[in-house]
Amino acid sequence: MTPEQALVEVEMITCIIDGFEVTVPKGTLVIRAAEKLGIQIPRFCDHPLLSPAGACRQCLVDIEINGRAFPKPQASCTIPVETGMIVKTQLTSPVAEKAQKGIMELLLINHPLDCPVCDKGGECPLQNQAMSSGRGESRYEGVKRTFEKPVAISSQVLLDRERCVLCARCTRFSDQIAGDPFITLNERGALQQVGIYEKDPFESYYSGNTVQICPVGALTGASYRFRSRPFDLVSTPSACEHCASGCAMRTDVRRGKTLRRLAGEDAAVNEEWNCDKGRWAFKYISSKERIASPLVRGTDGELHEASWPEALAAAAAGLKGKRVGVLVGGRATVEDAYGYSKFARVALSTNDIDFRARAHSDEETSFLSAVALGLTTTYADIDRADKVVLLGFEPEDESPIVFLRIFKQVRKRSLPVLTVAAFASRGSKKMKATLLPVVAGNEAAVIAGISELTSRSVILVGERLSESVGALSAAKALADSTGAKLAWIPRRAGERGALDVGAISTLLPGGRPVSDPAARVDLAAAWGVDSLPTSSGRTTAQILAAAESKELDAVVIGGVDPLDISAQALGQLLNTFVLSLEISHSAVTAIADVVLPVAAVAEKSGTFLDWEGRARAFDKAIPDSLTRSDVRILSMLADEIGAAINLPTVAATAREIQSLDKWDGATVAFAPVSDGSAPKVSGSEAVLASHRLLLDLGTLQNGEANLAGTARSATANISQGRAATLGVAEGDLVQISTQRGSVTVPAHITEMDDSSVWIPRNSEGSQAIANLGNVSGEVVTVVKA
Amino acid sequence: MTQLTPVLSAHWDEADSFTIAGYRRHGGYTAIEKALAMEPDAVIQLVKDSGLRGRGGAGFPTGMKWGFIPQGDGKEHYLVVNADESEPGTCKDVPLMMANPHVLVEGVIIASYAIRANYAFIYVRGEVTHVVRRLQAAISEAYAAGHLGKNIHGKGYDLELVLHVGAGAYICGEETALLDSLEGFRGQPRLRPPFPAIAGLYARPTVVNNVESIASVPSIVNNGAEWFQSMGTEKSKGYTLYSLSGHVANPGQFEAPLGITLRELLEYAGGIRAGHQLKFWTPGGSSTPIFTQANLDTPLDYEGVAAAGSMLGTKALQVFDETTCVVRAVLRWTEFYKHESCGKCTPCREGTWWLVQILRDLEAGKGTAADLDKLLDIVDNIAGRSFCALADGAASPIISSLKHFREEYMQHLNQGGCPFDPAASTLFATAGSR
Repeated sequence: MTPEQALVEVEMITCIIDGFEVTVPKGTLVIRAAEKLGIQIPRFCDHPLLSPAGACRQCLVDIEINGRAFPKPQASCTIPVETGMIVKTQLTSPVAEKAQKGIMELLLINHPLDCPVCDKGGECPLQNQAMSSGRGESRYEGVKRTFEKPVAISSQVLLDRERCVLCARCTRFSDQIAGDPFITLNERGALQQVGIYEKDPFESYYSGNTVQICPVGALTGASYRFRSRPFDLVSTPSACEHCASGCAMRTDVRRGKTLRRLAGEDAAVNEEWNCDKGRWAFKYISSKERIASPLVRGTDGELHEASWPEALAAAAAGLKGKRVGVLVGGRATVEDAYGYSKFARVALSTNDIDFRARAHSDEETSFLSAVALGLTTTYADIDRADKVVLLGFEPEDESPIVFLRIFKQVRKRSLPVLTVAAFASRGSKKMKATLLPVVAGNEAAVIAGISELTSRSVILVGERLSESVGALSAAKALADSTGAKLAWIPRRAGERGALDVGAISTLLPGGRPVSDPAARVDLAAAWGVDSLPTSSGRTTAQILAAAESKELDAVVIGGVDPLDISAQALGQLLNTFVLSLEISHSAVTAIADVVLPVAAVAEKSGTFLDWEGRARAFDKAIPDSLTRSDVRILSMLADEIGAAINLPTVAATAREIQSLDKWDGATVAFAPVSDGSAPKVSGSEAVLASHRLLLDLGTLQNGEANLAGTARSATANISQGRAATLGVAEGDLVQISTQRGSVTVPAHITEMDDSSVWIPRNSEGSQAIANLGNVSGEVVTVVKA
Repeated sequence: MTQLTPVLSAHWDEADSFTIAGYRRHGGYTAIEKALAMEPDAVIQLVKDSGLRGRGGAGFPTGMKWGFIPQGDGKEHYLVVNADESEPGTCKDVPLMMANPHVLVEGVIIASYAIRANYAFIYVRGEVTHVVRRLQAAISEAYAAGHLGKNIHGKGYDLELVLHVGAGAYICGEETALLDSLEGFRGQPRLRPPFPAIAGLYARPTVVNNVESIASVPSIVNNGAEWFQSMGTEKSKGYTLYSLSGHVANPGQFEAPLGITLRELLEYAGGIRAGHQLKFWTPGGSSTPIFTQANLDTPLDYEGVAAAGSMLGTKALQVFDETTCVVRAVLRWTEFYKHESCGKCTPCREGTWWLVQILRDLEAGKGTAADLDKLLDIVDNIAGRSFCALADGAASPIISSLKHFREEYMQHLNQGGCPFDPAASTLFATAGSR
């Protein structure tokens, strides 16, 4: 039997629950089979994505198998159904009903019943099930167990031990799902409690999930604690804007203000989990730095508030008939990116558009145009994979749900993982990944040496792979030669969608090559315009260079931080007209000639495409917001310029995107690039490598100190050999410097090439571009500080 | 009158009984010669034929347990000896290991050989330091004598024996909690299945046996199954250790065939302490429902005790005379269970916490008859609802004491306090008169 058949041919079992027949796959637990019949057995420790614990005993039912009855009620969360099994739940068995009521009474004897001041009150499984399976009055007259409260098990998670029912969901989640067993149950008897090792707080990227799955109010989020009542919140299904993992989310708003966000359920994507950044990094929406009204730079050189007509007129004057480049940024929704794409082609008659606000290369442009759009790899391919290869990609930091999916298979069936990276990150250690240590620049050669992949293998390529010459070409060649499935996983939520709608110089929406006249005609007809620009457009770096050399007169900039691109980027914009569409004051708005405020994700509807290309549509979570989506503003601006793009709303934009068929004509061919190599270094020189940690100085994490408190602190990772040469021990300060500047952080000695040094790209005390002027592959000097 | 049958305890009175020399003087380490000359399956069959049942309390046939280990599976197998004797009243394994540790070591070698284990572990209760030292010394002696280690007795069989000292938790006597503890985790019972025979220590097939069960094996190998079968009753074969404690003139361990009665044992123990009468007793430790005078002639084998409504358990006969307040005794036991509840499951963790408070009130005479019914109802919500048997044990003394002595509970409530003089039940109260 092949593995595919094994997935299909699951034996089905029929049993009887409360007199009803139910047929479920072999291995299904009784509690789950009952759900299928609509019979809800009360439970606390049971969670469908965690291994059974059988600890709370709330789900006791009577079971008999082929006429033989169990002498005692059994925990339905631990027993798989069997043929001939007859189950009687609380609905038909007085014994089960009394057992459940008895357990509920016991659970409540030590519970404080402080529901009126508890965050969970109103959405609490204990509260709800006490109503359904409990007794009206407690018979308990004794002394309740009390503890000091709350205990901060991390800066973002607080623990009220007296509320805890010790179901072990949080500890099982941390161990089984996140691979971060930083919380455990300590002590025994009624004094048993969740605890941390004092030197190792609960610094998991996924800790917020424990708050969400806690069936009582024992774990609360520091930022939400005592802020609201569940019944005062308006919940909107949403999608996460932080990365390309594509998490379904729920955004809870009270009177126009986002108070919390929860992981939504999507079995195909994030299951029921999300990362702490997705959960807690939303304060930027209500930041004091938000731009409230349009701004126009006056003759005094200062920005002044302006009316929309005034600002649109000023913007149009700066753009109309000019040579303009468009920098979209990686965080635009599909609809907004489509707006930029159409605006560039129709209103500005240019292909000078790029969504990449980061290091990039022509090789990558070719890879994105010719390869990335056609990739069909999904999360399910990871579930089925016989091997996962990570190239320029640290999933725990750069796409945390991808990490969870890989880790799940590692834990379940020892899925082999191979990573080409500077060092073994904590995430790759958790995945028991085999490290192929690489010096930045040598990736292509290392990738070429990978063997033993099959058509069931999955190659996950991160956006950073473009930083190494020839590496994307090598990755493509590896996939082609082995039949392995390839995926491109950008870090930001908007990049995959922006590529789809042609927010890049080489492609028009729907994958139509700019270089193909038929594709241009096809789109021009759909758009009702005479023609589309034919010249090959510029990339981000080329747009900035052209702005500096005055080959461009103006640049339209979406959500872009120049320091994500290069140290020079901001300076290159000083000589041109800059139109900034931004949510908050930034380095770009500070030099812009016109600033148009746009809506943050919670204030608009839209769609992201996750790395799979799967659409993640979301609605406005803050219904009364007056801010507008980028596409609406671009449409008004196009009208002002006199070249309408007719995209008055997000919904209209979405319809127009839908109506454009995908391009089925010829696509551009990938132009492979031959292998690059790392520079040679000697003495105190080293080759720089870096990546962004999940929690760092990213602007969307602004204003959330509790979240920042669990960020991993910056280290300079060096090999044992270099540490010995430098005479530094673990934790000693080292200084990494270039001509531009330096970073001084503690050393972390780990397995890596002697000629490499790694630092976090954008963390406190370690900002690669700002401090060193580079992100990877450059020669730096490493000395003991 | 049933005769005592000292086998394990035959030489406890000799000064050097715990040394390898003392053990050899009475035929020690001759059983391994015989066993290693047999096929492992033949050893398992011999133990099956003998009818030996687990002496840790449950009475599961030992040979059958060994037979559950999948053979030829290419996996490491383990033997784990449960020496975490912690049940209130139970005092047989500790004196056995003190006085005759080598019989355990020899049993371990034979059992490990039978189940094809090359590693064996003795998990001993941490508080009994002297026992730990004697076991450690015995294991060292056995290694030095070539009974343990590589190529034992030149028969090509290897066995490493590890002594592991627990940290003092009653729950670690539960076999799966013991395995967790042995692996370095907190001792809490594991979900079953998988059973230890399939996935035990380090997820490998594992036999967990009580000290006395394993220590009985050398005598079976030496004397044969028929010899062992000649003792005991129809379904409870062989000899065993009964521990008598409490208000008896001469407490201690009495090795007798299964099926002996308390009346007979009291004869050997010199009766209830002078001037007093038996009031109630436990047949198998505090977790077994209590008996009264009426059970003096109940045969103390697995079936006899069960038929009378209790359990043979660990054959720990705690004997209480008429000076003892049953409410007080039950409260003390309940406090023990509360202290030892591991906390994993709700009924045990919360239930024992509650029961202690109720019993304290009852002992102090607070409450009404309705509170006794409430107590029984709460116990009904605890017994049979928990993850392991600890809570069942906690429920037993309460249910059985209310069955036999409800009047005494009522007496507390009617007079607003305990009618007994606690000092009268102490041994020092009568020390002068003995």
